[in-house]
Amino acid sequence: MNSARSNPISTVAMHGVLILYTLIALFPVFVILINSFKTRKKIFREPLALPDAESFSLVGYQTVLKQGDFFLYFQNSFIVTVGSLTLILLFGAMAAFALSEYRFRGNMIMGLYLALGIMIPIRIGTVAILDMMVSTGLVNTLWALILVYTAQGLPLAVFILSEFMRQVSDDLKSAGRIDGLSEYTIFFKLVLPLVRPAMATVAVFNMIPIWNDLWFPLILAPAEETKTLTLGSQVFIGQFVTDWNAVLSALSMAILPVLVLYVIFSRQLIRGITSGAVK
Amino acid sequence: MTALTLTNVNKSFGNVHVLKDINIEVEEGEFVVFVGPSGCGKSTLLRTIAGLEDVTSGEVCIAGDVVNQTPPSKRGIAMVFQSYALYPHLNVRNNMALALKQAKESKETIEERVAEASRMLSLGDYLNRFPSELSGGQRQRVAIGRAIVRHPKLFLFDEPLSNLDAALRMNTRLEIANLHDQLGATMVYVTHDQTEAMTLADKIVVLRDGRVEQIGSPMELYNNPTNQFVAGFLGSPAMNFLPANLLEDGSPNTLGVRPEDLALDDAGPLEVTTKHVEQLGGDTNVIADCHGHQITVRLFGQHAINAGQHLRLGIADGKSYFFDAQGNRLS
Ligand SMILES: Nc1ncnc2c1ncn2[C@@H]1O[C@H](COP(=O)(O)OP(=O)(O)O)[C@@H](O)[C@H]1O
Ligand SMILES: [Mg+2]
Repeated sequence: MNSARSNPISTVAMHGVLILYTLIALFPVFVILINSFKTRKKIFREPLALPDAESFSLVGYQTVLKQGDFFLYFQNSFIVTVGSLTLILLFGAMAAFALSEYRFRGNMIMGLYLALGIMIPIRIGTVAILDMMVSTGLVNTLWALILVYTAQGLPLAVFILSEFMRQVSDDLKSAGRIDGLSEYTIFFKLVLPLVRPAMATVAVFNMIPIWNDLWFPLILAPAEETKTLTLGSQVFIGQFVTDWNAVLSALSMAILPVLVLYVIFSRQLIRGITSGAVK
Repeated sequence: MTALTLTNVNKSFGNVHVLKDINIEVEEGEFVVFVGPSGCGKSTLLRTIAGLEDVTSGEVCIAGDVVNQTPPSKRGIAMVFQSYALYPHLNVRNNMALALKQAKESKETIEERVAEASRMLSLGDYLNRFPSELSGGQRQRVAIGRAIVRHPKLFLFDEPLSNLDAALRMNTRLEIANLHDQLGATMVYVTHDQTEAMTLADKIVVLRDGRVEQIGSPMELYNNPTNQFVAGFLGSPAMNFLPANLLEDGSPNTLGVRPEDLALDDAGPLEVTTKHVEQLGGDTNVIADCHGHQITVRLFGQHAINAGQHLRLGIADGKSYFFDAQGNRLS
């Protein structure tokens, strides 16, 4: 910001609000993290205290690593999230390109139809989806989850991406056509790099709900070898006793991969924004 | 041979009829300028020639072949856009080479053509830069270079100078004129700027609302406009239009006089009050009020005229144009 225009009071106020918001947002994560390193007694006695020599314990992590196949769950979650995001971005961008670039009969209707999913939650169709998965033999496979999440993510992706693709210069695409580029090359080489910030936004929006989802893994893929992390962590939550050490440790570890993916996408976001600025 | 023939070309977007029955012939080696106000369909016409839009009806012929069904890359054309439209992910050399690579030309040919184009446009120092590292004028030269390397049968320019500042615009205009002389290529150039049209064209096509108003050499159109629109569009400052009854009582027609065809004349027929005087040094433009109508007079040299002065003006012999109520020229 221009230093001549910034007023110290409003700068302090702005930073104050942002810092406050950050603290509020990070507080639960912080509590989970510190408590995952404490003994069960101390978790309940002094939930806000930092672990010290007396209360420090890794029992939660030990339970998690011993119990069940934690790394398999981890891997399942990762495959499902990355697979769904890939399909959402690929098909979402392709559909958005077709809708924004080509004039054809029913273009408008098609756009509305694809956007319908934004308003109707996919969980309404759970029973039908389960039926379908059973008859196609996809129950208890990761494909079941990937397909459902792709369907769930596509409407918003198409909506956002087609809006951005309309803004890509027509002249650029025309130049490509005159130079003999195929429509696929125009799409992948010219248009996609220019809507990268929008792609990153769509990816971030879709990633967290998919990673955290409990509903569809429970219904479509509850088998031991296809359990996702969120579902796997449920074994520690019983009707009568809950192994809080294990739950908190599992949650702490589940944060990491999301964090990594988020850093990757937000890099893209920032790069897209700055490359637009110096155009 | 004719380089380009358009026969009864029509183009509609849904219910919007944009191009109406266009007939144009362009000879080989000719520099033709399509000129008209914004939104009159110039770009659409150029895009139908390029094959970026299909015609709704009619025929497009390039170098004798009907190309209605031919994709843009096979039409033997090259196009330069107002927004440059350089590929952001390729450097200058590859921007120019891409079309040739797509056409599977040999490495040597590509190298040779890029070198030739960069020599003509003095782009040698920039070949490894990316478009984002170039100024507007340099970008436009790269865009022109990208067209040259293809050795097209037909160059298409869509307002290539609109995004440049005034000084650069004039230089680039000269550069394009030179290029036309050097290459002897056929060029179709679209602009809304009548100065560009007058200075560059062998032949001007004036368009309005998707219709061809008049076709001819710049001086033919200037001296002999067939209607009021063409008369008013070409020339700067623009032609003055006054009710003809100022000269002859009861005439329903419109009188047109170019600013330079008016002169101070104490016995002249027009009585005016000056409102504003623009001293340009070489010329003096007087903006005056003539019975409620604004009139511009262009006097050669410097004149001590003040606002509010009463003047009488005469019209040079044979330089009055008359138009009927529909705007058609009366001989
Ligand atoms: N793809 C399109 N769909 C609908 N209308 C269009 C399209 N392209 C151009 N038009 C219309 O055609 C007319 C002419 O546009 P254009 O050829 O760009 O004018 P110019 O280049 O002379 O300024 C405008 O009224 C514009 O709204
Ligand atoms: Mg235009």
